[in-house]
Amino acid sequence: MRWIWIDTFLEFHSGKSARAVKNLSLAEDYFAEHFPGYPVMPGPLILEGLAQTGGILVGEANDFREKVVLAKIPTARFHREVLAGEQMTYAVDILTLRAEGASVAGKVFVGEELVAEAEIFFAHLDQARSQQIFGDHNFVFSGELKHLLGLARAQATPARSASEG
Amino acid sequence: MPTQEEIYSKVSATLVEALNVDEDEITPESTLQGDLGAESIDFLDIVFRLEREFGIKIPRGELFPESIFQGDPEFVQDGRVTEKGLAELKARMPFADMEQFEQNPEVSHISDLFTVDLITRYIQGKLETSKN
Repeated sequence: MRWIWIDTFLEFHSGKSARAVKNLSLAEDYFAEHFPGYPVMPGPLILEGLAQTGGILVGEANDFREKVVLAKIPTARFHREVLAGEQMTYAVDILTLRAEGASVAGKVFVGEELVAEAEIFFAHLDQARSQQIFGDHNFVFSGELKHLLGLARAQATPARSASEG
Repeated sequence: MPTQEEIYSKVSATLVEALNVDEDEITPESTLQGDLGAESIDFLDIVFRLEREFGIKIPRGELFPESIFQGDPEFVQDGRVTEKGLAELKARMPFADMEQFEQNPEVSHISDLFTVDLITRYIQGKLETSKN
């Protein structure tokens, strides 16, 4: 299964905040089971999208040198269900960013309506130790996430004018 | 400069958020790991929250040292902290209340030094230094 829970970034302010979009299509597999005839986006997947938005924001702040892993979700609140056909906006602000890790405040909107919010805590896997275990390869920012990273980076560059494209 | 009581109540509110415990579970003597169920990642979370709450900088390893003794036999022998080890602990954590620990300094009891009171004293010291 493809494990990418953001469609695109709307805004990306390096080291500060990001906004991303996730469109919910009835064609997505999990809707068949969750639930038949009543397609609700599972709460944990909403959090995963929020964590991917926040994780990329945190990773980009250190030029993707750190292995950013989701360590803890201290609080999460779901205000209403989100259904197939809706579009979610993930808005994430960095609360703290340090060598050891980072925490972010995330909000999920459908249109103007706040549907969920969570605080997410990321750890930077200790470089020395993770190199022993995983080698140099950054297993967090690889594969599908990498394509999104390119997008995030491009959007982090200010004033990309139409004439360049 | 906030009073000790004000600092304690902010520390306590911080722990409610970080550890998802009820406020009435928290006493000044509560140990973070034993009584309040803190795990390793929670210590970093607590540090981040204290920094935001009190507007201070807490350098890595200052409030929660990661490994003080590193298996050094001068500091630890037969699972007990030596005199030299105790001196090292006091130097690294002047804000810790060592009295009870010194009576039976087993390494496995070190985590009991980390109480709500210890954080309160640390913050108090930090705020006093930054004021001067």
